[in-house]
Amino acid sequence: MEINIQKRVLAQNETDADQNRAFFKEKNVFVLNMMSSPGSGKTETLCKTLGHLMPEIRVGVIVGDVCTTNDADRLAVTNAKVTQINTDQFGGDCHLAAHLIDASARKLGCDDLDLLIVENIGNLVCPAEFDIGEDAKAVVLSVTEGEDKPLKYPLMFQVADIAILNKVDLLPYLDFDAPLAVDNMKKVHPGMPVFEISAKTEVGFEPWLEWLRERVKEKTAR
Amino acid sequence: MHEMGIAEELVKIAMDAIPEDMTDPKVEILNLRIGKLASVVEHSLTFCFEIITKDTPLENAMLVIESVPVKIHCKVCHQEWEVDSPMFKCPDCEQGEVEMIAGREIEITSIELADEKA
Repeated sequence: MEINIQKRVLAQNETDADQNRAFFKEKNVFVLNMMSSPGSGKTETLCKTLGHLMPEIRVGVIVGDVCTTNDADRLAVTNAKVTQINTDQFGGDCHLAAHLIDASARKLGCDDLDLLIVENIGNLVCPAEFDIGEDAKAVVLSVTEGEDKPLKYPLMFQVADIAILNKVDLLPYLDFDAPLAVDNMKKVHPGMPVFEISAKTEVGFEPWLEWLRERVKEKTAR
Repeated sequence: MHEMGIAEELVKIAMDAIPEDMTDPKVEILNLRIGKLASVVEHSLTFCFEIITKDTPLENAMLVIESVPVKIHCKVCHQEWEVDSPMFKCPDCEQGEVEMIAGREIEITSIELADEKA
């Protein structure tokens, strides 16, 4: 006997993400989901970014890692409201699901925030699959990885709204072909804005900061 | 590695679909549709599914997976086409305003149960 079902397997996550979206809309907070492979420099990029945005923009950060609170500790010095999710309690998940964001966002409290950044778990595969109710997704690629990463992990670069190419201060010492990396990103996602920056020297930061400020302004003005 | 989470959801959905009045139900097949760009490794999913279905009506059920090709729609010239490499530019108007309309599915379409013993 065959029983017809026709159901999306991640439907529960999609429902949770929609609830998060409604909550963030009610709180007028712009939510950015930052994703990348481990070690691309998400935390350093955020530390420097928050230094420029705060206190004019009130920022909260949810940090996801399998273990440790190292990243949350690094971000705490920015005076942003920070909370850490460790997924080892949930079987060591490699991504943040929408229901975890719901719990953390409520714990953090969003009433006094304009911008909530979710620093997802370092992984170019699974986080791309899980909607968390964010307004935009950003993917960070660093020049110490490979130019062909966008072709190897196309879903991540296809779902991202913007990309950051980080650690460009290292380009003189590497064989990394930055124009080729950007070209590969645009093959997977034509028209996607790409910000070439160095979180260490802050070169190229202004267009990235301006993009963020504009998005926050649009959301909080509603 | 989120295949365990997907396997757990599959089990929940399939268990809910088994008619309550069945005595000793045995699911033989789960029919799935999985997009080529969905980040699901078939072997890992099968492995996780086998582990968590021990001693349940789903034990030894087979996952029959239909692979769904990636399909793109151009918002400018409204062409639709299938891609087999990660190049998403419209081949006709060469514009970048494209959207993926298929290829990310993770769906369960049906379950097949063994006939009840008389």
